Amino acid sequence: MVRSRPPTVVSPVSPPGSLSLQFDGCVADIRGALDSVRSHLAALGLGDERCGAVEIALAEALNNIAEHAFARRPPGPVYLDAEVEGTCLRINLVDLGCPLPGQTLPTGLHHDLDVAPDALPEGGFGWLLIRELTEEVSYIRSGAENRLTLVFSLE
Amino acid sequence: MNLHSTHGNGINLITVTDTRIDSSVAISFKDTMRTLTEQGPDHILLDLSNVAFIDSSGLGAIVASMKQLGRGKQLDLAGLTPDVAKVFRLTRMETVFNIHKNAASLVPRPVS
Repeated sequence: MVRSRPPTVVSPVSPPGSLSLQFDGCVADIRGALDSVRSHLAALGLGDERCGAVEIALAEALNNIAEHAFARRPPGPVYLDAEVEGTCLRINLVDLGCPLPGQTLPTGLHHDLDVAPDALPEGGFGWLLIRELTEEVSYIRSGAENRLTLVFSLE
Repeated sequence: MNLHSTHGNGINLITVTDTRIDSSVAISFKDTMRTLTEQGPDHILLDLSNVAFIDSSGLGAIVASMKQLGRGKQLDLAGLTPDVAKVFRLTRMETVFNIHKNAASLVPRPVS
């Protein structure tokens, strides 16, 4: 059983219905953050399917931070803000890790799966899942910060 | 990673008893699968009905588990829950595996 430390809930200066978390950008702390976000969304009345879509995309974004942004340095903090705006859920992620290659979002294209079993891909699905499950995804490198925003339609 | 294997009806039924296959357990999952598939029937059925969540690392670990099988062995899946089915559908990995609705239809569980 992997123990995931619970994230810190940052004191709410934000509007009701929003959530602010801080946790380390390491694989071990991702489950705790996902649990907190899913509980928050369920409490807001989002259905299981919607919560599942958000959790899958967010898991991929956090895996990327843990495995790439902090790949060659000790994991630093990740700041997560989730807020419902009208018919959208907006999740902002900020970290101080390495920038994305080329400082741009990967395309997240489908792999060719019509290949011999030995040649099937074992990775590279993260951005595909993020792009499939979000309405909009944006990234900027601001100084030493990576700022990734995932927007989900709630309609 | 908690996996449980039973042999019967010509099938090596491997049941995942954990509720998540994610980046924190992907390597452990793949290693345990290797151990559990080295012996026993060539037809392996992975029962995912307890698994509520999988990420791309977990998906990759299932693909790797299939690729590391010895010659003549086959890995099928059963019991995909909604979020797990969504990941297989969006990545089109559902086209790579034989996916059964539930394991019980292939391997009747013993009456206790």
